[in-house]
Amino acid sequence: MSFWTTLTGRSRPKQANLDALFAVPSAALTLQTALGFVPSGDGAVCYRAAAGAGFADAQQDLVALISEGDGAPKVTTETDGFGFTWLLVDNDPIDPQNPDLTALCTDLHAVNTTLEQDGYGPGLLCSVLPFADSAGRKVALVYLYKQGTFYPFAPTGPQTRDNLLEIQIRDALNGELPLEADLSRWLALWGAPGL
Amino acid sequence: MARTRFAADTGLTTRMTTVIFLLGGLFVALVVGLMYAFPAYAWLIGIIGIGIAWWQWYSSDTVAMKAMRAREVSAHDAPELYGMIQRLCTLADMPMPRVGVADTDLPNAFATGRSPKRAVVVVTTGILRRLDAEELEGVLAHELSHVAHRDVLVMTVASTAGIIAGMAGRGAQYGMLFGGGDRRGRNNNNGIPIWLIVLVGSLIIYAVSFLLLRLLSRYRELAADRAGAQLTMKPRALASALQKITGEINKIPQQDLRGSQPMNAFFIAPAVSGVSLSTLTSTHPSLEQRLAQLARIEAELGRPNR
Repeated sequence: MSFWTTLTGRSRPKQANLDALFAVPSAALTLQTALGFVPSGDGAVCYRAAAGAGFADAQQDLVALISEGDGAPKVTTETDGFGFTWLLVDNDPIDPQNPDLTALCTDLHAVNTTLEQDGYGPGLLCSVLPFADSAGRKVALVYLYKQGTFYPFAPTGPQTRDNLLEIQIRDALNGELPLEADLSRWLALWGAPGL
Repeated sequence: MARTRFAADTGLTTRMTTVIFLLGGLFVALVVGLMYAFPAYAWLIGIIGIGIAWWQWYSSDTVAMKAMRAREVSAHDAPELYGMIQRLCTLADMPMPRVGVADTDLPNAFATGRSPKRAVVVVTTGILRRLDAEELEGVLAHELSHVAHRDVLVMTVASTAGIIAGMAGRGAQYGMLFGGGDRRGRNNNNGIPIWLIVLVGSLIIYAVSFLLLRLLSRYRELAADRAGAQLTMKPRALASALQKITGEINKIPQQDLRGSQPMNAFFIAPAVSGVSLSTLTSTHPSLEQRLAQLARIEAELGRPNR
């Protein structure tokens, strides 16, 4: 923040950074070849819903936008214990021989741009893309909107996570995605949908 | 194109800038006055005054934690509180502060520390017990806004003139005791000793700086309310938290509250209810004022798109 905004106490809500999401499809291929993790084809966006008609309209618009048409995903919303809303984009299971996340990323991007257009961009927290390997391990690629970075989240139980696996994934994806360098930002998302 | 739902409050900004400007003018007047009154010692008084202010700012986190007997908690000790602050910090893109819990039944919260990287956010067990998760989040967002606005630094710098004026006044009292020790005092043929001028002058500057400081503190609270409500997008939660906290604080007897009086400027709601002159000297704006602002923000947030 600049000297002047600090002096006058006028911090502005931070706008979301939507650029990096389209790098996910190629990163997913790398993850599959390097570590054997296959995307589930689902995705979720976590945001803060505002009270009032403005937000309700925006949310209805974007649910209609994504769930329209043939082969469109099922879209549901739910609220978590921290007061954040999760918008779940539920696709058919993806073909491991031909994993293509482009359509999913387009859908997630549509969620973000709709919210941003209506002025709710500062409420976007993160986006989650779940992966699983043949051993049954689950991991999510989490995109932090405000930082514009990704980090891996691998829960192994209700309150435990596999840090070694997360670091392996970070190293595998290094150079493909902007990865969160500050480990304290690797939010624990216990009970996140799809995991 | 990204649109914003948050109108800039130019009125508040103008008022705050005016107060900061007046405080700066006061500081300049004080320095000039001191240099005229004690040409030999003015620099010493100035350096000690600024040194005290600097120390107050530099050690604000440790001193405040000790004064409130707060203990630092980790993500393991208080996962819900920690997770809440972590989410807010991610949303606001600011560094994660240290989190403290003070074992007192007084429902309150404060943020302090010399910079956002060295900040600490403290909540009392009383506030954890009384507020629900949504209200607590509103309070935490308010405190994090204080951190983002560097309120400890701004308020400390703003109070420097008052500290120096207080010291000069004390120095003038010694002058009175020893008969106006310096030569200028004795040579003054008009009969008014120099120490009296300094004493009256510093008292006036101290009083004016005190009122301006309180005014600035109230504006900073409103700014933090606004930024906090914009962060959580739930102005209603902060409003209901404020109603709960201020309602309960006023009911608690004054006697028990003296212990935490020096920390009042950093609290979310003052622990001592004002009696007279309260609108001029209180560190926090009135509940009505705060609720009115939150209602405006909620209207901005909920405005229909079409």
